[in-house]
Amino acid sequence: MLKIKSYVKVKSIAEAYELNQKKSACVLGGMIWLKMGGRNVSTAIDLSGLGLDTVQEREDEFYIGCMTTLRDLETNAALHEYTQGAVRESLRHIVGVQFRNCATVGGSIFGRYGFSDVLTMFLALDTWVELHQAGRIPLAEFAKQKKDRDILEAVIVKKTPRSSVYLSQRNSETDFPVLTCAASLSEDGARTVIGARPGRAVIVEDKEGILEGFSEMSKKEKAGAVLGFSEYAAEHTAFGSNMRASAEYRKLLAQVLVKRAWESLGGIKA
Amino acid sequence: MKYVSKPVRKTDAMALVTGKPVYTNDLAPKDCLIVKVLRSPHANAWVEEIKTGTARQVGGIVAVYTYKDVPQKRFTLAGQTYPELSPYDRLILDRHLRFVGDAVAIVAGETEAAVDKALKRIKVKYKVEEPVLDIHRAKDGEILVHPEEDWEAKVPVGADNKRNLCASAVEESGDVDKVLSECKYTVDRTYHTKANQQAMMETFRTYCYMDYFGRLNVVSSTQIPFHVRRIMGTALDIPSSKVRVIKPRIGGGFGAKQTSVSEIYPAFVTWKTGRPSKILYSRYESQICSSPRHEMEIRVRAGADENGIVRAIDVYTLSNAGAYGEHSPTTVGLSGHKSIALYRHTEAYRFSYDVVYTNMQAAGAYRGYGATQGIYAVESAVNELAHMMGMDPVKIRELNMPVQGGPLPGYGDCDRAESCTMDQCMERAKEMMNWDEKYPCVDLGNGKVRGVGVAMAMQGSSIAGVDVGGADMKLNEDGSYTLGLGCADMGTGCDTILAQMAADCLETSMDNIVVFGVDTDISPYDSGSYASATTYTTGMAVVHACTELRKKICALGAEMLGEVPEDVDFDGAFVYSGDKKVSLKEIAVKGTCGNNQELQVTRTFSSPISPPPFMVGMAEVEVDKETGSAKVVDYVAVVDCGTPINPNLVRVQTEGGIAQGIGMALYEDVQYSPKGVIRNNSFMQYKIPSRLDIGDIRVEIRGSYEPSGPFGAKSVGELVIDTPCPAVTEAIYNATGVRVRELPVTPEKIAMGIIKNNLEI
Amino acid sequence: MNVSFWLNGEYRHEEVEPDTMLLNFLREKGCYSVKCGCETSNCGLCTVLMDGRPVLSCSVPVLRAEGKKIVTMEGMQKEAEEFGSFLADEGAEQCGFCNPGFIMNIFAMERELEDPSEAEIREYLAGNLCRCSGFVGQTRSIKKYLDYKRIQKKEEAEA
Repeated sequence: MLKIKSYVKVKSIAEAYELNQKKSACVLGGMIWLKMGGRNVSTAIDLSGLGLDTVQEREDEFYIGCMTTLRDLETNAALHEYTQGAVRESLRHIVGVQFRNCATVGGSIFGRYGFSDVLTMFLALDTWVELHQAGRIPLAEFAKQKKDRDILEAVIVKKTPRSSVYLSQRNSETDFPVLTCAASLSEDGARTVIGARPGRAVIVEDKEGILEGFSEMSKKEKAGAVLGFSEYAAEHTAFGSNMRASAEYRKLLAQVLVKRAWESLGGIKA
Repeated sequence: MKYVSKPVRKTDAMALVTGKPVYTNDLAPKDCLIVKVLRSPHANAWVEEIKTGTARQVGGIVAVYTYKDVPQKRFTLAGQTYPELSPYDRLILDRHLRFVGDAVAIVAGETEAAVDKALKRIKVKYKVEEPVLDIHRAKDGEILVHPEEDWEAKVPVGADNKRNLCASAVEESGDVDKVLSECKYTVDRTYHTKANQQAMMETFRTYCYMDYFGRLNVVSSTQIPFHVRRIMGTALDIPSSKVRVIKPRIGGGFGAKQTSVSEIYPAFVTWKTGRPSKILYSRYESQICSSPRHEMEIRVRAGADENGIVRAIDVYTLSNAGAYGEHSPTTVGLSGHKSIALYRHTEAYRFSYDVVYTNMQAAGAYRGYGATQGIYAVESAVNELAHMMGMDPVKIRELNMPVQGGPLPGYGDCDRAESCTMDQCMERAKEMMNWDEKYPCVDLGNGKVRGVGVAMAMQGSSIAGVDVGGADMKLNEDGSYTLGLGCADMGTGCDTILAQMAADCLETSMDNIVVFGVDTDISPYDSGSYASATTYTTGMAVVHACTELRKKICALGAEMLGEVPEDVDFDGAFVYSGDKKVSLKEIAVKGTCGNNQELQVTRTFSSPISPPPFMVGMAEVEVDKETGSAKVVDYVAVVDCGTPINPNLVRVQTEGGIAQGIGMALYEDVQYSPKGVIRNNSFMQYKIPSRLDIGDIRVEIRGSYEPSGPFGAKSVGELVIDTPCPAVTEAIYNATGVRVRELPVTPEKIAMGIIKNNLEI
Repeated sequence: MNVSFWLNGEYRHEEVEPDTMLLNFLREKGCYSVKCGCETSNCGLCTVLMDGRPVLSCSVPVLRAEGKKIVTMEGMQKEAEEFGSFLADEGAEQCGFCNPGFIMNIFAMERELEDPSEAEIREYLAGNLCRCSGFVGQTRSIKKYLDYKRIQKKEEAEA
């Protein structure tokens, strides 16, 4: 059972940062993971009094406070519209509404979990994280880092015009994913993310430029590029096995989901 | 009839839907000691040294027990009629630990925090040995799960602990090999089913206290109160007369609670300390050290002639008992008895089996009790046979299914199907599914295909010649009745349906009947709620008790009227003779004043036969040909449970059983690490169906009339889990051409199978 | 540590340990309708309403309830009876152990979704497991209940 010695509802992020420098301290997210372990926490740091629990739509970005619940993210109309439903799709399979009313964006992203739908989704967007000490850094960079004692304040999504799509494969509807895939297309180019490999989500680098100029391609060219890239992505991503599926099947799935994601973005198939 | 065959609301329904405190942990005294068990981290190990000194020093710790403190007489936790067919292979705590999760020590303390702290402080030195984790290597292997000399099989079931055999037998009729050699079409296939967890929402839990007579009172979430009474006596090595067992409302059982999983620990603590205590199994414990379904590997050889008549079936079952033998010698029997009997023209059959001990979680009873595994195998083999012949799988069943008055080869618990509407079930299911249009599949044109699959099933109604139902019917002073029961309503509604029967027998309203159960001090003996026995067996006891009580009411009424009993009638409200009448209330009052005739009847009923209920299940499964995702979009079930006493409850039982069966078919799987650690140790890792996983389930009843049952009723509770595995896997085959013979059929197996098939073409 | 919040309409000042979860606290205070079915936030049995939103009380430290309105089924007996009678008329309450958490989430759904389709109902309630009913009987009862509420509302509006 989780043991907490003292509980501090902090007045500022600075206070949280200071308290969090002790190794036995812990920032509370939605408590879903934390409560399952038998951890002994000296100081539990609660950020819920800092007003960081909403999605703010600003002129050029969405500012998502770390304590925003997954459910609030899921029901946010502006994000829904901006991602053509992809954000909602990435969240709706996660256990249930009550669970998503507890789990937080900060907890999900900071944990950098291998199975994370949320990390997969945000990696496909122009996403940044705001850290108290390190400042704003791209999510892609953050995702590769090891956990440290910094405090994640917010997740920021830049409102670059973009079309996006989210797909996942699960053995049953509310299970952890066997594979996740998010893709987006903007003026900056194409981006494809594969997660639940079962390792952490990664961005697939299109080193051969297969999807370059995708928007300008003819329908036939698009179909060829999609097929080519889906095979490329499956070949150039590392997969592993766990109790849910083998690496071999994940590779097969990656090809299928990447293909479907780009068919959808390319308007090739419904 | 006013109540029988009516969709009556469950009598406890409003208490349940408004969240009233009616379950074990809601009722436990606040001063209960908290009891927890230290679990073995090894699959096969011996306790070399165990130090509990520092654990005992934790503030609030009352007791720490090890193998040195417990009685040294072996017993079984299986809830079965004495002498149990399950071997006596357990101690409360043993030096030899036989699976990961086996009990090493018991800790009791004032608070959970203290107990948790003490558990961490127990220092154990283990001598770790290599475990046997493969069913194929268990029999006659070098590693013995039960090398001890005091291991005992009370009943000859072909068990031999020196061979890791928990049971073994061969049953045959006719020359199977000869008949098979004459068949134009034969299949020889092996199917593998895995362990599954019952996953009832309320985990195992028990509290105990001593009463003013110095007796041990055990309040437990159990399906088997009377067996628990005996098991506690044996395990604690005290007279069973010192034990009283009470069953409150139960949060589901499905067979899990037909094993006395949690009772011995608080019972031992309370008996030793004299203090009330309770144990609440965590979901983790319920997943790793409880009583799941037996893993079975079943080889089926079946043969048919050129007309599609199934002439011979040969079934060999290899069943995995796990570390202890609860229900192992018995579950395996159903894998043959309930499957071969589905084919009435069978001229020769053989059913042989081995049940082996392994260093894995001990299996137990789970709804279907071996029939689920056997029917999956035989129904799948018959489906494969039909495809080999180019015959519609519905057609081969129409030619071979059980018929009313027809034989049930190899069943043994009754010669003929006295009541059977399997033919109507099949006809109706076919209509409901629109089978002829949909078979074998419909390509949706978007990469998805919908296939359909069919299976039949049968179960029993009680264990013939063994199970005992009891009912005690009493007329109270105010003209109301009390129905005392010893069977265990676990949410299924037996308290309600038995009251429905009683109300119709006594021509009174259900409001006028108080149902009471279960307290082993007061309730009539009943073997408990399992083996699909309650409606049938306890139902008959209720009917007999009511019939006899009517006679007594008439006798006293007649006396009051100055008539002889033969000349009066009873209409539920009055005993009358011509114009003279006396009311039930007056008779009831008379019964309490200067009266020498008891207005109370206890009746016991045991049936020499076990009439099977029948059903047909059809699944429509949508498969994504690229990812292998399979979803049961529609499931049709038509059931012959004899007279449905409460059609609503029959329907919900059926829907629930089918949903569980779909989970078993598609994703429920107890997986082990190479060292024998269970990976699916939570609801996060062991996924039961959510409401998003279940498509439509459509149920209809085509009830026959079972002459030996109460109001013509048979059972329904277990039958309904038997068709999804064969029907769903067959539907997947019809959609994709992929035949998966190992459950669960995950998307990976389907997708990889499609690729393999494409390569072969 | 001290915490103050509303529990079923009553304002309470409580002293709790920093690691006390709402589930354990509520049961200690006699709210026995709140059940625990797992330790991994997967079953939905412990669902209560916090400021009207359904949460898993097993995952909420009591200290996070500060200033909030917590409602359990003990505080919604009339409503529970109203919906519960529809569930009971299908026989779909079965063992009843999952009922309180499930029904509390239905009340949350009613508040959040207007005229939900069957697919929306299933998705909203997906976090409430039930091992007895196979769910379809529950769905029937919800649809009948929502129809009844719609008619009731309409009649009230007309009156």
